[in-house]
Amino acid sequence: MTHEPAIQIQGLKKTYANGTQALRGIDLVVEQGDFFALLGANGAGKTTAIGVLTSLVNKNEGSVRVFGYDVDTQINEVKRHIGVVPQEFNFNIFEKVIDIIVWQAGYFGVPRKIALKRAEEILKALELWDKRNVQSRELSGGMKRRLLIARALIHKPKLLILDEPTAGVDVELRRGMWTYLKKLNQEGTTILLTTHYLEEVEQLCKNMAMIKDGKVVTQGKVNSLLRSLEEQTYVLDVCDIKQDQQLKGYSLKVTGKHEAEVNLPANEPITTLIQALAKEGIMVNDIQPKTNRMEQLFLNYLK
Amino acid sequence: MKLNLYRVSLLTLVRKEVTRFMRIWPQTLLPPVINQTLYFIIFGTFIGSQVGEVNGISYMAFIVPGLIMMSVISASFNNVVSSFFGNKFMKNLEELMVSPTPNWVIISGYASGGVLRGLIVGGLVFLISFLFVRPQIEHPFIIVLFVLLTAVVFSLGGLVNGIFAKKFDDISIFSTFILTPLTYFGGVFYSVEMLPEFWQTVSKFNPVLYMIDGFRYGFYGQADLNVWLSIGMLVSFTLILMVVSSVLLKRGIGIRN
Repeated sequence: MTHEPAIQIQGLKKTYANGTQALRGIDLVVEQGDFFALLGANGAGKTTAIGVLTSLVNKNEGSVRVFGYDVDTQINEVKRHIGVVPQEFNFNIFEKVIDIIVWQAGYFGVPRKIALKRAEEILKALELWDKRNVQSRELSGGMKRRLLIARALIHKPKLLILDEPTAGVDVELRRGMWTYLKKLNQEGTTILLTTHYLEEVEQLCKNMAMIKDGKVVTQGKVNSLLRSLEEQTYVLDVCDIKQDQQLKGYSLKVTGKHEAEVNLPANEPITTLIQALAKEGIMVNDIQPKTNRMEQLFLNYLK
Repeated sequence: MKLNLYRVSLLTLVRKEVTRFMRIWPQTLLPPVINQTLYFIIFGTFIGSQVGEVNGISYMAFIVPGLIMMSVISASFNNVVSSFFGNKFMKNLEELMVSPTPNWVIISGYASGGVLRGLIVGGLVFLISFLFVRPQIEHPFIIVLFVLLTAVVFSLGGLVNGIFAKKFDDISIFSTFILTPLTYFGGVFYSVEMLPEFWQTVSKFNPVLYMIDGFRYGFYGQADLNVWLSIGMLVSFTLILMVVSSVLLKRGIGIRN
């Protein structure tokens, strides 16, 4: 089953007991070795999809395969290959860090002696080794997030699922986690990531899909999707500008005495915009994208 | 390969359960020892001296098996129900649910935790009883069989309760309103033959009566009821509860969305 996709989902549907239709027929393929982003607004169905993959949520319809193994008939094989980092902290707050990791290894059949050795490596890599004998409730938010990652990796899964792993983590720590995740991916681990930090997707992911109201609205290579943006809005910091100022060939919107917004088609270099501004005599002090490209793409599909 | 996985995951689960109740021993091991000591003092010494003998055994000696069994029942049941529900409530049951640990290992692991706590507490109460009386041991095999089967039955019962429970109230309702009355009316402090005929008949619908009576038979070689019927009942309860808990886990009742 080595050439099978890491994840293959077809026609996945899930309606909860309260009538909420979380997934309305999702089709998704994540190839082995990919770093894949699953994006969507809150409540779009990302966590439900992950729940089905990890067998925490029973699906209503559709087929789900992980490395070729069917979740309906080969669930234990599926589970053996997945490490999951959930959105919420779900470890026992009274247990010690090392115990949480080693118990988890045990559930995957990793003998205690090997688990202790692996735990040392992972906890050191995630800078948690000094906290190994501390009860998990005493850890900071960032440490708890790293503990979730350590726990998910202890059985060396081929597929790592990260559900908003950097929520509430400071910038420095987040970048450290990115480096670690990139390394894991380079070493062959397939990663499925959901996040609200779109910069994270641009930095880390090769492919992505966006879910809206339980359906995939687009999927493909991150770079190709970014290139597909038709235009981008720039914010201009100008010396002085008239309220009715026009800019030939562009749609210009004056938003303040010293501020305006202009839309630039995706295929046009920014130098032509600068030339047009100079020609109109508009003195520009600074020019910034209104949103980053990923955010623009997100808004285009999910607004 | 699979057998090794099951062995490791079962040992892990048992180790985790034992670590849990040993870590909080003042809540899990100490209270039953104190409670039963008080029963020995108040019922055995103060009241027992007025009662005299029951079926030719001193009252103090008569209540020893019942008090041991009472603590085993309570410890086994409460260990599993509180541990399983606590894991469910804190969502760390997901650690197990996302792993390839099969349901029968989950059931065995939690039940083993309950049985071990039950046996430790029962053993401590047995030791305490030596401060007051020296109980006979007529049939050691029967003693071991009854205490083990009873601990298994109530551990599995605790698991079923834990699976269904949605809030903390749900884990105390069965224990308070069903288990405690059944235990007190299960012949801990009296022989069923001391009751009027009507209440003797009613008592025979109480499964705890069979457990305590059979256990007492192991000590003194006397039983109010048929020991084989009691063993059959315990084995039946064990099998029924195993099937029920397996079905509940397979369907994900109270666990999966």
